Amino acid sequence: MTTDKEQYKIKQEPFYQAQSDEVELYEAAYNARLPVMVKGPTGCGKSRFVEYMAWKLGKPLITVACNEDMTASDLVGRYLLDANGTRWLDGPLTTAARIGAICYLDEVVEARQDTTVVIHPLTDHRRTLPLDKKGELIEAHNDFQLVISYNPGYQNLMKDLKQSTKQRFTGFEFDYPDEETESSILAKETGIEIELAAKLVRIGQAARALKGHGLDEGISTRLLVYAATLIKGGVAPRSACRMALVRPITDDADIRDTLDHAIDAAFG
Amino acid sequence: MYWQKLGCNFAQVDAVFDECLKEAKSLLSSDGLISYIENARFLGKMGRGPEPLLVYLEEAPGAASVLGEEALLELREFAHYMSTHTNFKSMVPFLQTSGAVARLLHSPDLFKQYIEIVRDMMDRTSGSVHGHHTTFPSPGLSDLLKQAPRILSMVPLDGLKNWIEYGIRYYNDHPDRQVEYFSLESADSMAVLQRERHGTLFIDNERKLDMYMRGLWRDHDYLVPYSLAFDELVKPMPYFDDQGIRIPDVYDDLNGIPGIDRYRATLAHMAAHRRWSSKMVVDNWSPIQRVGVETFEDCRVDWLAMQRYPGLRKIFMALHPIPDESRLDVDSKEASTIRIRLTLLSRAILDPDFEPANEMIRDFVSRFHAIMDKGEGSSPEMASLALLFIARTPKDFSPNVLFENTEVEYRDDNRHLWIYIENSDEDEMFEHLNRKQQEEEELKGLPPRHYDEWDYTNSSYRPDWVSVYEVLHPGGDAGMVDRLLEKHGALAKRMKRILDMIKPQDKVRIRYQEEGSELDLDVAIRSLIDFKGGSSPDPRINMSHRTDGRNIAVTLLVDLSESLNEKVPGSGQTILELSQEAVSLLAWAVDHLGDPFAISGFQSNTRHDVRFSHFKGFNEAWDDRVKGRLAAMQASYSTRMGAAMRHAGHYLKAQQADKKLLLILTDGEPADIDSKDERLLIEDAHQAVNELDRDGIFTYCITLDAKADEYVGDIFGRQYTVIDKIERLPEKLPELFISLTK
Repeated sequence: MTTDKEQYKIKQEPFYQAQSDEVELYEAAYNARLPVMVKGPTGCGKSRFVEYMAWKLGKPLITVACNEDMTASDLVGRYLLDANGTRWLDGPLTTAARIGAICYLDEVVEARQDTTVVIHPLTDHRRTLPLDKKGELIEAHNDFQLVISYNPGYQNLMKDLKQSTKQRFTGFEFDYPDEETESSILAKETGIEIELAAKLVRIGQAARALKGHGLDEGISTRLLVYAATLIKGGVAPRSACRMALVRPITDDADIRDTLDHAIDAAFG
Repeated sequence: MYWQKLGCNFAQVDAVFDECLKEAKSLLSSDGLISYIENARFLGKMGRGPEPLLVYLEEAPGAASVLGEEALLELREFAHYMSTHTNFKSMVPFLQTSGAVARLLHSPDLFKQYIEIVRDMMDRTSGSVHGHHTTFPSPGLSDLLKQAPRILSMVPLDGLKNWIEYGIRYYNDHPDRQVEYFSLESADSMAVLQRERHGTLFIDNERKLDMYMRGLWRDHDYLVPYSLAFDELVKPMPYFDDQGIRIPDVYDDLNGIPGIDRYRATLAHMAAHRRWSSKMVVDNWSPIQRVGVETFEDCRVDWLAMQRYPGLRKIFMALHPIPDESRLDVDSKEASTIRIRLTLLSRAILDPDFEPANEMIRDFVSRFHAIMDKGEGSSPEMASLALLFIARTPKDFSPNVLFENTEVEYRDDNRHLWIYIENSDEDEMFEHLNRKQQEEEELKGLPPRHYDEWDYTNSSYRPDWVSVYEVLHPGGDAGMVDRLLEKHGALAKRMKRILDMIKPQDKVRIRYQEEGSELDLDVAIRSLIDFKGGSSPDPRINMSHRTDGRNIAVTLLVDLSESLNEKVPGSGQTILELSQEAVSLLAWAVDHLGDPFAISGFQSNTRHDVRFSHFKGFNEAWDDRVKGRLAAMQASYSTRMGAAMRHAGHYLKAQQADKKLLLILTDGEPADIDSKDERLLIEDAHQAVNELDRDGIFTYCITLDAKADEYVGDIFGRQYTVIDKIERLPEKLPELFISLTK
């Protein structure tokens, strides 16, 4: 059974604006095939960064969105019943190891800790994946690399990585870009005017300053992009901002009021 | 002719009559004039001296011109009513303020209502002997009438009515207090009035404004409201210093800008100062130079704020006055136009659509913009520009400064801009040492917290009625509590078994069980696949449940009133000692369970002194210090339960737990020596239970009063237990707790 490697390749260059030297650092980590961990608040560009790097390196990218109900066999693979008996089906992690792709486990803390342990043998010098059910030991393809991401923001006591998992990765810490960079990201990503982008970013900044005072998480770059896209599509800026920036993140009337005012203040 | 009709011989009246008549002629019709004189004549003949007549002559035309000429008669009639109902002394204040009140109410109907309200107040507060003769005048009426214009300028007529109602209800049998209340001198008088204010109140929007500062300005400081209502001579202005940001307690809508946006504009201006202004040494500047410097600096920060948030422009422009430029031509010997000049300049800087005719102002506006085009500018740059402006301004040192339309109300008083080098005298240096000492003294007990109290007679809260002082209970011999626990060793052992059983609470799935309550389908299919695939299937295909995760915070509130010192018949122990045992056992039990647990006691000596003793906090361990405090427990005074419950609830509310439980251990009904109505504190406690319930706190009462059935249900509904065999309290209390939280 062969897997079409091409389908996992990124065809078009994703837009990514480097904040500092993360692109070079990632390349260095990839050259040494070191596993990478990407941390940062929601919507700050973690997944986009990984996608961009996969494109830049010309490698296939297999993304797994982790969740609480995920089991080890969801990653590794399982036997399925069919008319003739059973049939083995590779999980995404196994596929990536076989074809030499970058395997990206998004929001890895959402998976239970014992599930994540299956990645351990792939992340140290062994670079192997034992499929004990099948009785096979996969040697990871030379191009294979493992990347995980998580958001330390809403971390609680129950959801954290084991130290033994953490200490197998090199890490990048992401945050929302500074005002200027973020405005240029918005402008390039959606094609809106840079002045308008700066106003959107200012609203975003206002909400981020309220984090911990009633907001769990500020307005992400992703939401700013949504708002910009709506405006680009002809929606009035105020309504677009209300719809894309304020309503999704809060149910608290006071915060809503303050942010609505921030929108009015920013647009004049 | 009119003088004869008046038929009056008072010399004082003669002296002013012609003046009054002149005014009346200009304001009244000829019919009105006749009625005016007739009514005045009546007042003059009433035998209460010349005062009422004089005041009527002066005030009535003004009032009638607003309310219509029927008012001439109404004023006289009500004054007559007062006179015949022992309150003749209040006639003068009534007539005196009638003009001002009329202008505020502006409608004859409202004025009639006003008179009815006053009449009602008068009838109810005039003292009666044997119930049918009003012989003592109302103590507060004169003061009320004197204050009426001031109050009506703050609150609508309904507000005045409510305010009067409150005063009558609480101070009717206390003349001195009544006077204090109606002359707006007592604290609750102001508090009640505050409640009736119109406009956007600070307290309702504090959180929003705090968020505004944090979110839009990345700034945070205490917001401290000050009241505009009670300082009329010097109008306080917003300002900020090391202690926080001071802003008015209420803003009415102005020029189409809602109150909340006025708050935001004021905060934006101050936040801009905090961000962009720097302090300047001002010893060498004259007052006029300072005014100039601050205007330029205000403009600069406003300008920068509007650059950052263009939406502020609309608000600033609506609030910024436009002075009348023609006033600049006033002779400089007669009046100083400096403020008008500067306000014109400020408007011209901020508002591109505003073009003043004055050449020099235009020149400085463009100089200002030349600086700002280069960047943010700076306070010293503004200062030198301002000094130049003042130097070019025609000299006008007249003390008569024109103020009209020059007040930019969202701006603060700029005290933060100045540094004085020479004024820092040694006196002040010592002063701050004194202050430090004071602070140290104050820190010994916590400052009082004020709580409202529910008044069931009119279904409303009395604002900030009760003062609760919280103190750390002094410690004692911790060994005593240990001995108590030993004494109940057998009971403790039995309880421990129960405790172990109830520890967990939430249901959690246990998978991979060979035997369990349910089939785990996922695992079963996996096993089937394994089986069909020829490998050995996993037999652990069932699952079951266990419970886990207890999340409950508990406060035990112990009544420490005098009655606890009574001996329990037949046991030789006091109720207090038994309570100590019970509380210790309960604390031990809860500690064993690991729930967050706090213990407090309360007693009261009138509403001014409710004591709240701290025995154990949520984060304190069950250690010797806590045991020591329990051992030193003492009982005295009375039981004002509601306030203590609110205070305990205030802490419990802050706990993060799924369930919150407030246990109250008491031996009698709520009562206090300053409350004559025994229902009052019961209803208040009941209201406190409702409030706590609203905040997600479950209250439960354990009462030792065998007769409690009569009232305890009214307070706690069905959430109570009466322990009539007090000797058994030590074992009952923990058991009760366990069964409540199982």
